[in-house]
Amino acid sequence: MTSPLEQKKIRVAGPVVVTANRVGDGAVVYHRADGGWTTALGDAAIATDAEGARALLAGALADDLRAVGPYIAPVKLSAAGQPRPGNLREMIRLRGPTIDLPVPLGGTAMASRAYTHGVPAVAAASLFGQ
Amino acid sequence: MYVYDAFDRTLVAERVEEFRDQVARRLSGELTEDEFKPLRLMNGVYLQLHAYMLRTAIPYGTLSSAQLRMLAHVARKYDRGYGHFTTRQNIQYHWIKLAELPDAMADLASVGMHGMQTSGNCVRNITTDQWAGVAPDETEDPRVFAELIRQHVTLHPEFSFMPRKFKIAVGTAARDRAALRIHDLALQLHRNAEGEAGFEVMVGGGLGRTPFLAQTIKPFLAKRDVLSYVEAVLRTYNQFGRRDNIYKARIKILVHELGPEAFAKEVDAEWQSIKDGTLTLDDAAVAAIADRFFYPAYERLADGPPQLAEARRASRDFDLWLGNSVANHKAPGYAIVTLSLKPEGGTPGDATAEQMDAIADLAVRYSFGEIRVGHEQNLVLPHVAQRDLSAVWQALQAIGVATPNVNLVSDIISCPGLDYCSLANARSIPIAQEITRRFHNLDLQRDLGRLHVNISGCINACGHHHVGHIGILGVEKNGEEFYQITLGGKADEGATLGTLLGPAVPYGQVADVVEDIAAAYLELRERPDELFIDTVKRAGIEPFRERVYATR
Amino acid sequence: MPLVENGKLVEDRYIRADDDAPLPERVPVLVSAKRFLAEADMLVRRDGSLGVIWPNDRRVAELKPWLGHLALIALEFPKFRDGRAYSQARQLREILGFRGTLRATGDVLRDQFTFLVRAGFDSFAVKKPADAAAFAASIGRFSVFYQPGADGRISALRRRLHTTDAAKTSETV
Repeated sequence: MTSPLEQKKIRVAGPVVVTANRVGDGAVVYHRADGGWTTALGDAAIATDAEGARALLAGALADDLRAVGPYIAPVKLSAAGQPRPGNLREMIRLRGPTIDLPVPLGGTAMASRAYTHGVPAVAAASLFGQ
Repeated sequence: MYVYDAFDRTLVAERVEEFRDQVARRLSGELTEDEFKPLRLMNGVYLQLHAYMLRTAIPYGTLSSAQLRMLAHVARKYDRGYGHFTTRQNIQYHWIKLAELPDAMADLASVGMHGMQTSGNCVRNITTDQWAGVAPDETEDPRVFAELIRQHVTLHPEFSFMPRKFKIAVGTAARDRAALRIHDLALQLHRNAEGEAGFEVMVGGGLGRTPFLAQTIKPFLAKRDVLSYVEAVLRTYNQFGRRDNIYKARIKILVHELGPEAFAKEVDAEWQSIKDGTLTLDDAAVAAIADRFFYPAYERLADGPPQLAEARRASRDFDLWLGNSVANHKAPGYAIVTLSLKPEGGTPGDATAEQMDAIADLAVRYSFGEIRVGHEQNLVLPHVAQRDLSAVWQALQAIGVATPNVNLVSDIISCPGLDYCSLANARSIPIAQEITRRFHNLDLQRDLGRLHVNISGCINACGHHHVGHIGILGVEKNGEEFYQITLGGKADEGATLGTLLGPAVPYGQVADVVEDIAAAYLELRERPDELFIDTVKRAGIEPFRERVYATR
Repeated sequence: MPLVENGKLVEDRYIRADDDAPLPERVPVLVSAKRFLAEADMLVRRDGSLGVIWPNDRRVAELKPWLGHLALIALEFPKFRDGRAYSQARQLREILGFRGTLRATGDVLRDQFTFLVRAGFDSFAVKKPADAAAFAASIGRFSVFYQPGADGRISALRRRLHTTDAAKTSETV
């Protein structure tokens, strides 16, 4: 989870995507093959070597209007070939904090902005255990 | 607290309009991110893992009820219903949308609040003791000088593009409750042999990759010279601070590389050109600011009113809370009440909008409409009459901010960590939560006594782990979260950097390690009232190291 | 590169002379610090305005002996984030008393105009034409300044003192 801001060389050891934050609202987005951006990791373009990753990143960097701070992030592929976050940082970016967000007194979580991430607060085990 | 005048309000309003224009130019593409980033940082707008983050300044940690209600409003309208109080007395919102920011800032500006210079390579929030103005051991209110300096450095044309950020703290009490020596520049009030009050100037503190404690470069600076001397320090730093390497750009590196004497000489040379000039603070200049500070019209009360004694008899829980969360006040019959934002299982420093509103109401009723934010990430009601303490306590319990754990092991100082922050290597909040669960027994906490646990999710040390009694630093090893443990740090007037205990331990063992350390202390202490930090100093860290690593 | 002075776009009167090129006669010339220091005595006696480009990592105090002979000093912003020239400008104006033209060059962008003016610059080699066109609007944005600068505008601190005797307000925030 070393900050990708420190990435200098492009080293691709497995499948990767290019991810960034959307300019208007800061939401986590992934670069699509058609040059657009999506919040759904499943729709992201996947690169499997340094050349492909470099090309994907170059296109993303050029899209300063829509995306901020693009970088290359690892993914794992499911049996069906669907990309999943490749490390804890990317899982947190996709699914949100691993902790429960504060709840208003005597109430339930905020309705219209209800935020569910399906990742429970963790006690003793590492969230990213195998 | 300082009351804005027309000049202050105008400046903030103009700043909001400027930012509105800058956001529009960013969204239209007229400004690239590279050009926009320093501009948004100057208004406290970060980009974090999930969204933009807005850091709103709470100058020297002082808030009015109206301002706290506005912070609650911003949390509700523009964020997810809560905010996070930071180790620099500011508040952060973690789910902000850029497009909505100008409106959020306009709302904040309506009560004299803003995010100016809470980020960027400029002078940041100037912090003080959260008991400023009410602590019995204080000679003068440090916030007057904090405000003088704050205004001077706000949108300062010369110091808005420095090599790196610059953090200032001001102290006037005998005890250092503001962690002065971990700041780039710290001013501590003293009296000289002639009985005059002046400031000791310390420079070059800072944590992070290369932690340093600030060193004294001028033992006694007359009050009238504060602005000109601060100007000279900043000018020296702006010109000679390193700009080739972001990790060597803080003033602490410059002071270290030149040596404090040579650095002091440079500053003095700059200062000679400008001292006794327009920045000299005559009485009128100080009064122009000091006169705008609102102080309560305290009633003439006596200490120990009968209602208090009665309430203590009636409730052991109240008595225990009193002993933990309430401190003496300089006005007879009054008290300083700390509100714990560290409930068991909670996120240290977080408060919901509902809590903020409720606290604001309580402040109007019981604290002359004033609230404080401490760097330990708790809140304070600074002017509570002792006769009202029982009623206040019951109200605080209903809000969930009366856990009697202030300064105890579960009063953890923690950065947001990898759950929120794009700089982080590891999570910090779940670590804090688990520790509070292990120590949920308050009798045990009281037996352990004062014990400061500080957690940082990365080397940038926003959790101030270097100066924690127990410091916990998250690192990454092979894609897993590991934590380095340090022992023996101190943030007060005896400021000390902690010592590394041993190899980093994995995520799942950190709470175990803290329990082992606590158990070792209970065995090693000479008397029940020997503080944890004093046991560490006396016995050294070796016995703790043995205990922790015996089975690891 | 568009040049803004007195709030409008102007032609640059100065010829930028290379270090080893002969100097044109009787016209304003702008030379590097290196050339200036090597040939100062000759340059200041030359008939024609003289300007020097001064790097941001040298003390401006070095120019003190010649300030009366310099019509223009150009200071540098290699990147707009590198703010050393702000200190240089203020020192030239407020401590050394330089009265000539002070020009900001390099990565000079719209959002720094107000800071530049307050630091004492009065000539701006602006990077983007659109920014140059927006100069007047940009610097008109702010009416209150907390601290004194090199542009002579009164700080809020002093304005307060002049108006202390006027109506006091008891508004709370």
